[in-house]
Amino acid sequence: MKRAVLGAMMLGGIGLGVMRWLNSRQTKARAEREASRWLMVTINRRPDEVVPDGRLPEPLARLGETIEVQVREAPGDRGTELGARPVTPVPTGVEEVMARLAGEDPRQAVRTALRESKCLIETGEVLRPDEPPTTRPTPTGRLVDLASQRAGGEGRL
Amino acid sequence: MKALTWQGVNELSVERVPDPRILNAQDAIVKVRMTTTCGSDLHLLGGYIPAMRAGDVIGHEFLGEVVETGPEVRRHRVGDRVVVCSIIGCGRCWHCEHDMWSLCENSNPKPGITDMMWGGTTAGIFGYSHAMGGFKGSHAEYVRVPFIDYSAFTVPDGVDDLNALFASDAAPTGWMGADLGGVRPGDVVAVWGCGGVGQMAARAAILLGADRVIAIDRYPERLTMTERHIGAETIDYTRTDVIAELRERTGGRGPDVCIEAVGLEADSPGPQKIYDKAKQRLGLEQDRPIAVREAIHACRTGGSVFVLGVFAGMVDKFPLGALMNKGLTLRGAQQHGQRYIPKLLDLISKGELRTAHLATHTMTLDEGPRGYDMFKNKKDGCVRAVFRPWA
Ligand SMILES: NC(=O)c1ccc[n+]([C@@H]2O[C@H](COP(=O)([O-])OP(=O)(O)OC[C@H]3O[C@@H](n4cnc5c(N)ncnc54)[C@H](O)[C@@H]3O)[C@@H](O)[C@H]2O)c1
Ligand SMILES: [Zn+2]
Ligand SMILES: [Zn+2]
Repeated sequence: MKRAVLGAMMLGGIGLGVMRWLNSRQTKARAEREASRWLMVTINRRPDEVVPDGRLPEPLARLGETIEVQVREAPGDRGTELGARPVTPVPTGVEEVMARLAGEDPRQAVRTALRESKCLIETGEVLRPDEPPTTRPTPTGRLVDLASQRAGGEGRL
Repeated sequence: MKALTWQGVNELSVERVPDPRILNAQDAIVKVRMTTTCGSDLHLLGGYIPAMRAGDVIGHEFLGEVVETGPEVRRHRVGDRVVVCSIIGCGRCWHCEHDMWSLCENSNPKPGITDMMWGGTTAGIFGYSHAMGGFKGSHAEYVRVPFIDYSAFTVPDGVDDLNALFASDAAPTGWMGADLGGVRPGDVVAVWGCGGVGQMAARAAILLGADRVIAIDRYPERLTMTERHIGAETIDYTRTDVIAELRERTGGRGPDVCIEAVGLEADSPGPQKIYDKAKQRLGLEQDRPIAVREAIHACRTGGSVFVLGVFAGMVDKFPLGALMNKGLTLRGAQQHGQRYIPKLLDLISKGELRTAHLATHTMTLDEGPRGYDMFKNKKDGCVRAVFRPWA
C-alpha cells in the first residue's frame, strides 16, 4: 500500500516535471529550432548531376511549393549535400506524435522524397520493398507494418 | 511457391506464399538450388532482432540459377549459376564505391527503423526483418534479387554448388574479420566461436599469414573440425581459463588480433550467462556480449578486436576501461561480401579454402523446421543445415 502511494507520488512528480519541461521557454525555443531544421542527404554525384540546369529531382519536384530546397557541394569526394524543409508550419509536442503516427507530418514526405531522389540519382531507380509484406496478419505484425510504412519518412535524416 | 517462414519466437513453418516478381528494372529472380542456416537466423528465431513479422520468409546465404531478369540487368542472364551475397548493395552509393557494401545507402527501402535505433541506415539483407528492408529470404523456391548486377557472382565451372554456397555469407564474413581486424604475417590470432563464421575467420587469418591461429568453442566435434579442415589450434572454454591459456600460448602478450564470431547469444560456463540472460529477460539489456568482453581482456595491449557476431542493441558491463587504457582498436560490421566473393571463389576453386565440410546436414525445404532445431541445439554434430528446395 505504502509502496503504491509512494509510486503514485513519484509518477506524479515525474509527470509534473515533464509538464514543466514541456512548457519551459527553453523547450519551446528548442522545438522551434527543430521545426525549421533542414533535412539533408548526401548524394554521390556532382551538383550539376543532382540539379541539372537547376531542375529538382522528380520526387522533390512533386512536393512543389510546399518545400524549400538548398544544394551545396559536399566536402572531400562526397558529392552533393541536398537539403529540403517544409515551408508550412510543422506540428510540435503531442500534435507531432499524432501526426507522425498518421503519416501526416510534412517532414515525413520530405524525408521520403530526399531518400527517393538519392536512390534515383545514384542508381537510376527507386528501390521498391518486397510485396506483399506478409501472408499472415497478426496484431504485432500490424505494428511492424505501421513502422515499416512510416520508415521512409522517419529517422535521423 | 513453398517457403520456410518465421511465425513467432522459436516457431517456423513451411508455407505456400506468392511467387516473387520483378519489381525494379535491375532485379532478377533466382531459382534457389541451395540455401543454408546461419547463426544470424538463430537471433531472429530467439526473438532478439526486432521488426520480424509472422509469415516472413527467412534465409540469406544461398546459391541458385537466374531464371528471369529485369530490363536493366546487364551483367547476368537467364541460366547463370550464381552465388548471391546475403547483403544487398546498389554498387553506386559512396559506401558501395568504397567497398563497404553492408553500409549501402540505397538498398534498405525501410530505412527509418535502423536510423532511429542506431543513428544511421545500413544495407538491406535478405530474410532479416523489416528493419533490414523486409526482403523475403532464400529458404524458398525462388527469391527476388535487387541490384543483381552487384549482388550476385557467377560460380566458376570447376566449383560445385556445395563448395560455392558459403561464399555467400560465412566465408566473406570470416575473411572480413581477419582482413579488417588487421591480421598481418607473423600475428597470433584468436577466434571466438567455431561455427561456420569462426572457422572461416580462422582460415582467412592463416591465409593472410598469421603465425598461430587459436579457435575457441565448447563442442568437441566443432573443435576437431576446426583442427582438421581449417588447420587452427583450439581451446575448449569449458575446460580451461581461456584468458590464462591464451597468455601462456602467446608468451604473456595476448593475441594480436581477436575475432569474435559468437554474437548476442553467447554462452559461458560461469555466472556471466545467468546474469546476462536475466537482464535480457527483463529487457534491461538486449544482447549478451560475453565473448566480446573476453576478447577485449585477452587481447594484447595495442591489439585489435573485430566483432563479427551480430548484436542488435544495448549491452551491459562493457569493459571500456580496458579498451581505452590498453589502446585497443575495436571494429565490427555486417559483412562487405561483394568486396571478397570473387577472390574467395578463386581460393575455393584452387582448394585453398575449404567450405563444404560445414554442410553437415543436407535436407529438403520441408525439413526446414527440423534443420533449425538441429542447428540451434547443435544436435547430431550439426554445424550447418543446407536445404535443397528442388530436391
Ligand atoms: N557480421 C556478419 O556479417 C555476419 C554474417 C554471418 C553471421 N554472423 C554472426 O556470426 C555469429 C556466428 O555465426 P555462426 O553461423 O558461426 O553461428 P553458430 O551458432 O554456428 O556458431 C557460434 C559458435 O559460438 C560458440 N560460442 C558460444 N559462446 C561462446 C563463447 N563464450 N566463447 C567461444 N565460443 C562460444 C558456440 O558454441 C557456437 O559453436 C552469429 O552471431 C552470427 O549472427 C555475422
Ligand atoms: Zn548469415
Ligand atoms: Zn550502395
